Amino acid sequence: MNDRQNKMDVDAVLREAAAQMGRYSRRSFLKHVTTLGGLSLLTGCSISDESHVEDALGRISKFNDKVQAWLFDPKRLAQTYSEAEITRPFPFNAYYSEKHVPHVDAADFRLEVGGKVSSRHSWTLAELRVLPQVEQITRHICVEGWSAIGRWGGVPFAEFLKRIGADTSAKYVAFHCADDYYTSIDMATALHPQTQLTLSFDGQVLPPKYGFPMKVRMPTKLGYKNPKHVRAISITNIYPGATGKTRGTTGLVAVRPSPGCAKGRHLAAMSERS
Amino acid sequence: MNTSARHLSGAVNEAGRGTRIRSGIVHPGWLRISHWLNALAVIIMIGSGWRIYNASPLFDFRFPDDITLGGWLAGALNWHFAAMWLLGINGLIYLLINVLSGRLWRKFWPLSPRAFVTDFVAAFKGRLSHADPRRYNSVQKVAYLLVVLDLVLLVLSGLVLWKSVQFPLLSLLLGGYETARYIHFFAMAGLVAFIVVHLVMVLLVPRSLLTMIRGR
Repeated sequence: MNDRQNKMDVDAVLREAAAQMGRYSRRSFLKHVTTLGGLSLLTGCSISDESHVEDALGRISKFNDKVQAWLFDPKRLAQTYSEAEITRPFPFNAYYSEKHVPHVDAADFRLEVGGKVSSRHSWTLAELRVLPQVEQITRHICVEGWSAIGRWGGVPFAEFLKRIGADTSAKYVAFHCADDYYTSIDMATALHPQTQLTLSFDGQVLPPKYGFPMKVRMPTKLGYKNPKHVRAISITNIYPGATGKTRGTTGLVAVRPSPGCAKGRHLAAMSERS
Repeated sequence: MNTSARHLSGAVNEAGRGTRIRSGIVHPGWLRISHWLNALAVIIMIGSGWRIYNASPLFDFRFPDDITLGGWLAGALNWHFAAMWLLGINGLIYLLINVLSGRLWRKFWPLSPRAFVTDFVAAFKGRLSHADPRRYNSVQKVAYLLVVLDLVLLVLSGLVLWKSVQFPLLSLLLGGYETARYIHFFAMAGLVAFIVVHLVMVLLVPRSLLTMIRGR
């Protein structure tokens, strides 16, 4: 990729980030630019001598995203299991230790909704609990390779999107989380029958370590795409990005950070988060 | 018979009629290219695969980071999902040309258990002949066929790991996601064992390296 092209791509990406700023704080903006414009800011992270290789890998990764989108069958269900097959205890995984799990006050909590929706009403947990509830026993697969079978209960996400009058012809659903995690999915995945706004785990209220007050369970995606402690959802046509990721719902950052680079370490930790 | 452009060598092809032997060619160009592309793909897949394994080891050991490729899990995955195309497409082309040209049957048939035992014992005694590099002895036939099957198993188990929801039949055949992880690992171990033996054999018969580079 030549420098001029590189600069134009970075400019376009930064413009997108600025457009998304809205009422975001500067800290949020920096985080978004780090994800969307990550390559431009990580020039100190020893990619210079391998930049052509990393570019090639990045291009192939984008191609793979297209292949995966083509492979995705919106009607194909993930395998379900019996109660006896549930992994107990279910593993905890985050980019921080269990004692740093965010604790959200149930009474004060409001799920914010924004973007291309007809109702921007903020939902309390009680309001969400009276919506139709379903349960699934499915396999959670981590990008690290391990997997665990769990039981998640909550509102079918497609049903929730209907209640908020979401524009289902929009491309993306973005999630903002209480632990500063940030991810997004494509609309096809959002509408998949097994995608769930999860409020309970293994028959109990979803505990903090597994994502209280709510997570979004998607058995058609790897664990890191299943956000925990969700506090805001928005529907958008502008690609929102995701922590530690470049384009595509399952694309991965192709940049290798050097050990001394704090941003790089952060990205590395993000990528290993489930 | 047209002899102006071709010189038939003294040896006769055992598979019989209808085949032409260009002067002294042991491995045709397409085969050599395919072989080296495969070697490259396999090295990348194993190196990056080891780093991916390290993120969540199946057994009580990790591969030293120095011999892995990718630097971190995301990097290793990028390499793995890039080289898989080279491995798969090159492998398919190799199989197609081998089957359609008849080379597969010429090189690997007949295959007899008795001949295998005889050649295996002879190999251990250091008496396995490599006089005609165009012929595979029975140990070679078995080893090469097994490694092809092993690579197919690696690809199929890899597909279950990569897209277990979208390939449910394959997942079922291979015992599900967690079993596929073990199949993938042991098939990799088999591949590594083949490579070690293969390299030792090449060192013992250096001419075989030349024929795989030059064709003769």
